Amino acid sequence: MTVALPAVLNSEWTKIRTVSSTVWTLAIALIATVGFGAGFCALISSAFDSMPEIERATFDPTLMSFSGMQFGQLAMIVFGVLVVSTEYSTGMIRASLAAVPGRGSFLLGKLTVATALALLVGLTTSFVAFFVGQAILGEHGIGIGEENVLRAVIGAGVYMALLALFSMGVATMLRSSVASISILIPFFLIVSNLLSGFEVTRKYGQYLPDKAGSKIMQIVPDAMGRGETPYGPWGGLAIMLLWVAAAVLGGYFVLKNRDA
Amino acid sequence: MIELEGLTKRFGAKTAVDNLSFQVRPGVVTGFLGPNGAGKSTTMRMMLDLDNPTSGTVRIDGKHYRDLPEPLKHIGALLDAKSMHGGRSAYNNLLCLAQSNRIPERRVAEVLDLVGLTPVARKKSKGFSLGMGQRLGIASALLGDPEILMFDEPVNGLDPEGIHWIRNLMKRLASEGRTIFVSSHLMSEMALTADHLIVIGQGRLLADLPMADFIHQNSRSYVRLRSPQQERLKDVLHEAGINAVSVPATGTLEIDGVGPERLGELAAQHQIVLHELSPQRASLEEAFMRMTADSVEYHAHAPGLPGAPAAPAPAPAPGMAGDNPARPADVPAWGAGFDATRKGGE
Repeated sequence: MTVALPAVLNSEWTKIRTVSSTVWTLAIALIATVGFGAGFCALISSAFDSMPEIERATFDPTLMSFSGMQFGQLAMIVFGVLVVSTEYSTGMIRASLAAVPGRGSFLLGKLTVATALALLVGLTTSFVAFFVGQAILGEHGIGIGEENVLRAVIGAGVYMALLALFSMGVATMLRSSVASISILIPFFLIVSNLLSGFEVTRKYGQYLPDKAGSKIMQIVPDAMGRGETPYGPWGGLAIMLLWVAAAVLGGYFVLKNRDA
Repeated sequence: MIELEGLTKRFGAKTAVDNLSFQVRPGVVTGFLGPNGAGKSTTMRMMLDLDNPTSGTVRIDGKHYRDLPEPLKHIGALLDAKSMHGGRSAYNNLLCLAQSNRIPERRVAEVLDLVGLTPVARKKSKGFSLGMGQRLGIASALLGDPEILMFDEPVNGLDPEGIHWIRNLMKRLASEGRTIFVSSHLMSEMALTADHLIVIGQGRLLADLPMADFIHQNSRSYVRLRSPQQERLKDVLHEAGINAVSVPATGTLEIDGVGPERLGELAAQHQIVLHELSPQRASLEEAFMRMTADSVEYHAHAPGLPGAPAAPAPAPAPGMAGDNPARPADVPAWGAGFDATRKGGE
């Protein structure tokens, strides 16, 4: 390593804080997650008594407060993609790699800074979404001190950061904003939900990164129509970590072997 | 000091850089000249370890680029003007590069001042003109106060004042003992700035010599004669022991090494009518074009001539290049008609 890692971290922090896309993607991630979550909680809260017995029995107020994340996570994906792909679209990558020629140091520095920031925003989002959601759910809500709830709330923040990191890995492989976003967004918005929506495909769909990773936000195992999974919350998180590791490693090999 | 040894880069069947070996020495401006597509930028990218060579090595002060500690302090490069994030200010674009190599922040303001961008330091760089982008790129090259500087086509997009400025900057940096390596496709530009010249064509080294030698060898002067009595004129010249070369294309004679006065007097003595008697000087640009004529990749094709450029054959597997049976032996790799419009200028 010919360039010290603290120097690379310092440089990457300057990069990330001096572009406007960082602020708007992360702000949307927070606002969409909290806002949609609050909306869904309000709907459920007013319709709670007319819900079927079985749904009331498996009602998971913690998971309910994160229901806005299916939209908020899309902004997190865009954040992860842009952090990497703008290096390529602007041509900055050549200046960056001339300054930090070690591909490992460069990628480690960039991904560490961006993931740390995504984690900070993710945790803020999850705590705000949780407390706002519980306040709206009122008597149907749950306290942060209840069993497994803190794990789920912190887990939700970690989930957002991992999703951002996964997107960074994919963008490092594809080296293009358009390609990365047009693959990732439909994948998480449509493909993943379709695969998990049908009984036949669910056994495969449940291993997708978002489906496995979001298990950590759940308190009630088969909450609200979500089927039983062969893995628990930690197992789900581990599956997601494998996806993330594969994407980041793939990105590293592309960065190392292809011409900049 | 930059040393290239057998540097080669292939993209599929196409060899962009072909076994290049040369040295770039400190204290002078070394011009890197070649027609468009000759492999100059690819060579420079390999020097910076941005592209991986197929074979061969580049050493910067004896080391591989990747092993230089904080490389911006050893070598600074301007590759293309638009290699900065447009949404970031000029100052911040330079700051993040400086920080990665532990260059003090005050240096950012210094180099911005040096290239005259201080008034727009806090402006987003996407609003910059090509010339301003070029200046920002030069500022980034100077950040680490490096001993070696590389500029790829630095005068592109600059106005005359900017061109004058960059020429003087390069000369000053060289006079400070630094190694300056600058590429161009314009001989006239090189003649004004470079002390040493490296010429490549189709990735191959064509010349590596001091600028003065190139000028001396290539600025041929001669006299052009045209006469309705050309055969008689030739006889008269022959009798006087003067060697004249006829140029059928223009119907003229060219004579080396004899002054126009002597030729005019000879013609008058023998009462030969002259339609033209003119001293000529081959330009360096012509010399450069002669040198690279065989290696220009993209010829303009005159309409109606046979052999419209064929689409390049699909890339054969690496290593198959020379013996692809699908391609007739007499068709060059880069399209039939390659020679069809080339001037027989040798």
